[in-house]
Amino acid sequence: MATAIEEPALERPAWSATLHEWITTVDHKKIGIMYILVALVFLVIGGAEAMVMRFQLLWAESKAVPPDFFNQVMTMHGTTMIFFAAMPILAGVANYIVPLQIGARDMAFPRLNALGLWATLFGGVLAYFSFATGGAPAIGWFAYAPLTERAFARSAATDFWIIGLLVSGVGSLSGAVNLVTTVLTLRCPGMTLRKIPLYTWMAFWANVQILFAIPPLTASLIMLLFDRLLGAHFFDAQAGGSPYLWQHLFWFFGHPEVYILVLPAFGMVSDVIPVFSRKVIFGYEFMAVATIAIAFVSFGVWAHHMFCVGMTRPADVYFAAASLVVGIPTGIKVFNWLATVYGGHLRMAAPMLFCFGFLSMFVIGGLTGIMLAVTPMNFQLSDSYFVVGHFHWVIIGGILMGLFAGLYYWYPKITGRMYSERLARWQFWLLLIGFLLTFGPMHVSGMLGMPRRIYTYPVDRGWELWNQLSSLGAFIQAPSYLIFVWNVIISLKKGQPAGDDPWDGWTLEWATTSPPPSYNFETIPTVRSRRPLWDLKHPDDPDWKYE
Amino acid sequence: MVGFILLADGVSGAQNLSIFDPASPSAESIRALFILVLAVTGAIFLLVEGVLIYSIIRFRPRAAARPAAGEGTEPPQVYGSMPIEIAWTAAPGLIVFLLALILTRAEYEVRVNPDNPPPGAKPLYVTVIGHQWWWEYVYEKYDGRQLGFITANELHIPVSEDGVPRPAYLTLLSADVCHSLWVPRLAGKTDLIPGRTNQMWFQSSEVDLYLGQCAEYCGTQHAHMLLRVNVDSVAQFQAWLDNQAKPAVDDIAVREGRDAFLSQSCINCHRVRGTRAKGTYAPDLTHLMSRQTLASGMVPNTRDELRKWVANPQQVKPGCLMPAFGLSERQVDLIISYLTTLN
Repeated sequence: MATAIEEPALERPAWSATLHEWITTVDHKKIGIMYILVALVFLVIGGAEAMVMRFQLLWAESKAVPPDFFNQVMTMHGTTMIFFAAMPILAGVANYIVPLQIGARDMAFPRLNALGLWATLFGGVLAYFSFATGGAPAIGWFAYAPLTERAFARSAATDFWIIGLLVSGVGSLSGAVNLVTTVLTLRCPGMTLRKIPLYTWMAFWANVQILFAIPPLTASLIMLLFDRLLGAHFFDAQAGGSPYLWQHLFWFFGHPEVYILVLPAFGMVSDVIPVFSRKVIFGYEFMAVATIAIAFVSFGVWAHHMFCVGMTRPADVYFAAASLVVGIPTGIKVFNWLATVYGGHLRMAAPMLFCFGFLSMFVIGGLTGIMLAVTPMNFQLSDSYFVVGHFHWVIIGGILMGLFAGLYYWYPKITGRMYSERLARWQFWLLLIGFLLTFGPMHVSGMLGMPRRIYTYPVDRGWELWNQLSSLGAFIQAPSYLIFVWNVIISLKKGQPAGDDPWDGWTLEWATTSPPPSYNFETIPTVRSRRPLWDLKHPDDPDWKYE
Repeated sequence: MVGFILLADGVSGAQNLSIFDPASPSAESIRALFILVLAVTGAIFLLVEGVLIYSIIRFRPRAAARPAAGEGTEPPQVYGSMPIEIAWTAAPGLIVFLLALILTRAEYEVRVNPDNPPPGAKPLYVTVIGHQWWWEYVYEKYDGRQLGFITANELHIPVSEDGVPRPAYLTLLSADVCHSLWVPRLAGKTDLIPGRTNQMWFQSSEVDLYLGQCAEYCGTQHAHMLLRVNVDSVAQFQAWLDNQAKPAVDDIAVREGRDAFLSQSCINCHRVRGTRAKGTYAPDLTHLMSRQTLASGMVPNTRDELRKWVANPQQVKPGCLMPAFGLSERQVDLIISYLTTLN
């Protein structure tokens, strides 16, 4: 006779205990997730700011938004997206995935890791606290002196902005020290430097770049703070300082920053394309070396952001040629991705869809980059809407597409559940169409003489149509991000259980459970090749025979 | 992309500011270079996207053709190929090398030395000073003669004709923050940076009005720091020069208006040559009525617009550095009656 046994109800921990656990955690996975959540919040805020601008620019001489407010929103949009959305989301994914890919139990310095997260978050909060002073700074995200000096930016908003960036810079730096150390010291037995998965490899080099790019930014922010609060004159021309110096210092950080953002996205694509083509990456060594080449050369090209400052002609030619040279290793990567796709058995799930979006769009962003690197063309295009179109093409068409590929690829690993493929496809197509419509016309309005960062434009310029197309595109794009956020939330509850290895993957993160336990692996794995799980699944034809 | 660019070339707005419609040698060399670079990048674009689309179509999943992924065999694993890698490293390398050579030549065409005007030229030298949010022009020298008058916002240069080049060489300075001078049909932009002296030039053989604006974000009204360059016929230009060189008109009929103007704080910032008004902070008004626009190109220079401006500039150009002085109707009328005689 069957007896009804009452199952003991699993006691849910009190919400305060959960909160306490997350706030005090030093687990790289929890920290990674929090990085991603923080970034998504800022992404939505930054996106809302973009909507304000696109609404104002719908009509010539529109008075919907007052000029100062537009300029504040413009400043905060750039600041937010670069420092508080893109940087943290990439740091979060690296935090989560890199220790798993190299078979480690955690990052090298778990407490430093927590510091990095909280410093980034508080930096963002501080920058937004500037609104409490009566309005955010209206200085543009690259904050050209002397517009940032007290004479022109009188309120404390700019001070909050500076301190916010300083604090989040501490976060980025501690994260980078941690990641670089982790990759150098905590790789599992057998994983020599030449056997590191490409995502980890590229995230590693991006973090090496952070180590060299953030300190100049920190130094120049401190100099600016001295100018503003202590009466120094670093950037004050009337007292013998040099506004021009700020531009050099800022872009010495600002250009490598582009590669700090794009390299991890390259890495995600380099992991996803092989798995979804069922082929090993074509030319691993060339991919790896091209990454190093990009990391180094990108430190020698910063002044291509300032061709119009009147450098000498030889300096112009040098910076143009060096910038063109970056195209060579980048080209190598694109060709290797194409060669990996070629002859594969393609699987068109969301991660691969976003990889194709990435490949097709990033190439265009790269080519408009070539146009901007050609100095005489830059004299016309610089600081026009063409530039706005170009870098959004790289950031959204390149970095963000690659990032979504990575996020969908690892979503089942992180949550243990599959995302909704249907929602992911809706997101992809809305994003792609909206993106093309937003940023394509910007290239045109730029070539028709429209400068960037103007809160409105005269009626007789013939720019209205192009701006309306851009705004329409932005309104199509906006829901795609909300669909993504919705997909992340709803699939937590409704997603199918994913299993440990839903994609039939090859790197170590797929060898543990989904989600992984706090210690990651029961026993530390030993590897013999770049694709340890391929070796396991094909004992007759393992990779290490060929490497 | 290419389609967009062709569209850009074909669009006819009310005003033309297209960089593909140059009217000056430097803008012309940039356009020629642009078309060449478009051809090169367009070819790369077609190649890469072509291979990508072909691969997607050719290798897309086909249910009938093979068992579902993960169940059956994997495709052949190709680890790489040294010759192929060398080829697609060397080919872009060659393109980069050629582009660098071509851009070097264009660089030297576009940026010239103002101390060496072409033989037989009658060069004009103007110092441009960027202010938040207007342009000050100091006419220094034309055809070897000293000039030395100051005007604002609307630049006049002579047309180059009959084989006589009349290049305008601009020396760029800033009084406050960074600005950038951009008139797309005449030249690429050059920044005006406090503490630095920059040079740029253009020369045009088409009498026309060329529009542009400040291209470096410079604060609240960056959007309304507009530029107008009038390329005048030689006779027109000479007449304009002669007029600008004269002191301000002093019309006895508006003596009362002049006194009203001179007794207000207008004179702390503005200058009217030959009077007590010697301010240097704001546009020179000596020949105000010879200008077509007000507020740095924002509104036409009519009596009505001028009246609105004097009564409350913040209404016209919110955030501009001229405050509303709370003048009475009568005071505004008097001041307007004087200003409108400054021809």
